[in-house]
Amino acid sequence: MHFDSSFNEFAHQLPKGLLARMESAQGTSISIASDTLPRRTFLKMSVASGFALGAYPLVAGAQDGATSAPAAGLKPFEQPAAFVRIDKDGTVTVTVNRLEFGQGVLTALPMILAEELDADWASVRGVHGDANAAYVDPVFGMHLTGGSGSIKHSFTQYRELGARARAMLLSAAAAQWGVEPTSLRTENGNVMGPGGKSLAYGDLAEAAMKISVPQKVTLKDPKNFRIIGKATPRLDARAKSTGTQSFGVDVQLPGMLTAVVMHPPVFGARLKSVNDSAAKAIPGVKAVLRMPTDRGGEGVVVVAEGYWAASQGRDALKLEWDTAAVEKVDSVAQLASYQALAKKTGLVKFNADMSAMATAPKKISAEFTFPYLAHAPMEPLNCTVHVTGQGADTKVNLWLGTQMPGFDAMAAAKVLDVAPKNVKVNVQMAGGGFGRRAVPTADYVVEACTVAKLSRAAGLDVPVRVMWSREDDIKGGYYRPMHVHRAEIGFDANGKVLAWDHVVVGQSIAQGTPFEGFLIKDGIDNTALEGMRDPYDVPMRLSVHHPKVNVPVLWWRSVGSTHTAYVMETLIDEIARATQQDPVAYRLQLLGDKHPRHKAALMLAVEQSGYGKRKLPAGQAWGVAVHESFDTVVAYVAEASVTQGVPKLHAVTAGVHCNLAVNPKTIEAQVQGAALMGLGTCLPGAAITFKDGVVEQSNFGDYVVARMPDMPRMAVHIVPSAEAPTGMGEPGLPPLAPAFANAIAKLTGKTPRGLPFKLA
Amino acid sequence: MPTLNINGKDTLVEANVNTPILWALRDTLGMTGTKFGCGVALCGACTVHVDGVATRSCVTPISAAVGKKITTIEALVNDKVGLAVQNAWIAHDVAQCGYCQSGQVMSATALLKDNQKPSDADIDTAMAGNICRCGTYARVRSAIHAAAATLV
Repeated sequence: MHFDSSFNEFAHQLPKGLLARMESAQGTSISIASDTLPRRTFLKMSVASGFALGAYPLVAGAQDGATSAPAAGLKPFEQPAAFVRIDKDGTVTVTVNRLEFGQGVLTALPMILAEELDADWASVRGVHGDANAAYVDPVFGMHLTGGSGSIKHSFTQYRELGARARAMLLSAAAAQWGVEPTSLRTENGNVMGPGGKSLAYGDLAEAAMKISVPQKVTLKDPKNFRIIGKATPRLDARAKSTGTQSFGVDVQLPGMLTAVVMHPPVFGARLKSVNDSAAKAIPGVKAVLRMPTDRGGEGVVVVAEGYWAASQGRDALKLEWDTAAVEKVDSVAQLASYQALAKKTGLVKFNADMSAMATAPKKISAEFTFPYLAHAPMEPLNCTVHVTGQGADTKVNLWLGTQMPGFDAMAAAKVLDVAPKNVKVNVQMAGGGFGRRAVPTADYVVEACTVAKLSRAAGLDVPVRVMWSREDDIKGGYYRPMHVHRAEIGFDANGKVLAWDHVVVGQSIAQGTPFEGFLIKDGIDNTALEGMRDPYDVPMRLSVHHPKVNVPVLWWRSVGSTHTAYVMETLIDEIARATQQDPVAYRLQLLGDKHPRHKAALMLAVEQSGYGKRKLPAGQAWGVAVHESFDTVVAYVAEASVTQGVPKLHAVTAGVHCNLAVNPKTIEAQVQGAALMGLGTCLPGAAITFKDGVVEQSNFGDYVVARMPDMPRMAVHIVPSAEAPTGMGEPGLPPLAPAFANAIAKLTGKTPRGLPFKLA
Repeated sequence: MPTLNINGKDTLVEANVNTPILWALRDTLGMTGTKFGCGVALCGACTVHVDGVATRSCVTPISAAVGKKITTIEALVNDKVGLAVQNAWIAHDVAQCGYCQSGQVMSATALLKDNQKPSDADIDTAMAGNICRCGTYARVRSAIHAAAATLV
C-alpha cells in the first residue's frame, strides 16, 4: 500500500472492511498514518486566543517544518491539545467529539473532563469537533454519534484528557514555585501551593503548554467526584431558551443561495420530461437544474434567493416521471408477503430444540406488525456547501448537523472530486436526529454537494444551502424498517417455556453499507434481532428473513429494540397472565440470579410506583416492562386506562440502570423524552405506508407524533452505581410501548399485536 | 414591499407581500430565532406574536401583519411575561435539541398573558400545537407552572 497523505485525517477512522471497500471502489490504496496529531489541529489551536495544552512542541515543530508529535505513544484522541483550551481569563473550552442533538453530550463530556482537570465548572464551555482524526469515537474508531455510545465510549478518554491537562498545569506551577508537583493540589481552576499561595489555570496555561504531555496519569477515586454525578444544568440551556442558539439551518454566509430538490415520487424513479418555464419565472429563482438523486433516481433542483422563492419555484415545476424501472411498493401487498414469509423458518440465529412444542400443555400463537417510521427531527435536514478554488486547490466547506462527519466528508470529496483533506466539516448544533443524521450513504450530503457542483457549473459561484421541507423529510425515505414477527410458544401450567419458535421478517439496515462487515453475520443483520430472547433463558428457535424492498431503511432511535422489546415483553406478560402469575414476580423468577441490573431496575420502578400496593382509580391497570439496550436497562411501570376503545397512558415510573449516572438531570430528560417517543409509536397514525410506490403521508397532519396532551406523569429513578457508565440516548424508548400494552391487555384481555395500537 | 413593525421597530421588508412572515424574518432580515418545522402550521416551531396573539408565521403572509406589531423570540426578553418564561425554561433545563423551543416559549408566553394560572388541562390545550420530538413536554409543563408562580 502506498502512503497517500491526503487520506490521513479520514483514514484514521475507518474500519478495515470499509477501507478495503473504498480502495476497490476508488481504485486507490489508502494507508493509515501513524498516531500523530494532524497538523491542522495544532495550527488551528496555535492561532486560537487561548492555549491548547500540549500544543507548544507541535507549534514549534510546525514552525520548524518538522512534524513530530507532542507525546509519542498517544493517539490523536488522547492528546489534550485537541480537546482543551484555557484562556487567560480562566475560560476552559472543551471540544466534544460527538454531535449535540438533544442528548446533552455538549454538557456531559465537558463535565467528565472538567472533573479530572479540577476546573471551575462555571468557566467551562463546550464546542463541537469536526472530521479531524482526533474526534473519532475511540471504541468504534470512526466519527460516530450513535449506539448510545458517547459517554460509554468516551468516559475514560475524557477523564484521561482532563487528568493529563491537570498534570501539566501542576508541573508548570511547581516549576514556578520551585517545589515538587506532588506537594501541590488543585482546586476549582487553581493550583494550590505552599503557604496559601495559589495560581489560576488561566495564568498557568501558557507555561503549561511547554510541558510535555504525560502518558500515564492517575485518575480520581470516584468518591471524590464533585462534578460527575451531580445534576448539572445544560450549558446550552440559555441559548436554547432565548432563540440565540444557532443550528445548521441557521448558517448565513455572504451571497448564499437556498436550494430545494424535487425528489422522484417513487424511490429511484427518473424524469420523463421537465417543464421549468413557470418555475424560472418566479422572482428570486436563479437556476433550475436537472440532477441525479439517491438510489439512481433523478430530480430537479431549484436554486433561489431564500427558501420561499425556491419552494415557490419547485411548486411551479411541471414534471413527468418514468417509474417503470423501479419497484412500486404497496403496503397491503407487502404485509401479505411478509406474513407468508413469517410462516417459514428463515436464517437461524438461535436453534433450540422445538420438539416439546407438540406436547406443550399451553400455547400462544401470535403475529405482530410494525410499520415503517420516519425520524422526523424538528430541524428539517439541511446541508450548506461552499466550494472555492479550482483544480487541485479546490476547497470544500460543509455546514451541517451530522452524526457521522467523517463519512460525510468522504462523500463530499467523492462527489466534488477533491482530496478529502480539502473538505472541512463544520459540525453544527442539530435540531434532533434520532439516527437520520447518521446515513451510511450520506444521502442528503451527497445531494447537497451535487447541487453545489451543478450550481457552480451553472455560474452560481456562491455557498448553497440545500433544505428539505417537512414533506421531503416524511416522504424521503431512510425509515425504521417495517417488520412482522411470528411466535409460537409452548409452555406448562407454571409458565415454564418448553419451546419458543420465532420468526422475524424485515429489511436489513446494514446490507450494502460499510457497516455490513460488523453488523451482519451469516446473512443475519443483528440490528433486526437485537433485544430478542435475552435476558430470559428460554429455549428459542429464532430466525429471520431479510426481503429486499425499494424503500431505504435506517437505524431509528433504539434500532431493533423498537420492535423486539415490544414482542418479548408483551409475550412474557401474556405467559404470566395465562398461568395466573403476577407479571413482576414471573419476570423476577425468569431473571434468576444472572441479571442483577435488570432486577434492580425493575424492582426500583416497582417500589417507587407503588405497584401492587397502591390502588389505582377505577378503570386503570398496571403494566410492566423491562428491557436492556445499548448496555443500559430500563424498566417501566405504567398506569393506563381504555375508554371506549381509546387507550390512555396516565403515569409512568422508570427504573434505570446505566451504571454511574454522569448527569442525572440529563438522564431524567433522556428517559422522559425516549418514553414519549416510544409512546408516539403507539398512537394511531404513527406509520409510513405506501401505495403505488408513493409514501402516503406528507407532514405532521398524517404522520402522527406525540404531543403535549399525550405526555403522562413521569418519575425517573436511577439505580445507584459506581461502575463505568453506559448509554442513555436510546434505552428509555423500547420498554414504554410494551408496558403500556400490558396494561391494556390486563384491561381488555387482549394484547395489541403490534404498533401503532389497533384496538378492535 | 411593506413596512412591518417587528419587535417595536418599523422595518422595511424587501419581500413580496405573499411571503410568509417566517421567511421574511429568517431569509430577508436574517432573524433566525424563529424556526421552520413543517411549513403548514402543524408543529408550532415558527410561532411569533402578532398583536400579542400566538401566530404560526409559516402560513401568515407579511401582508396580514401590516399595521400590527410582530414580536419574535429575539425581543421576548423585554417582555415581563416572556422573561419569566425564559427564566423558567432555563431553571427547569427544558431544552434538549432546543430547535422547537423558540416556538414553545412563544406559545407559553401567549398562554400566560391570557391565563395567569393555567391548569394542566389549559396547558395541554394551549401547547398541543407545539411539537417537540425530544419529548420535553414534562419540563415544559413544570416550567409554565413555575413561570406563572413568579408572575403572581
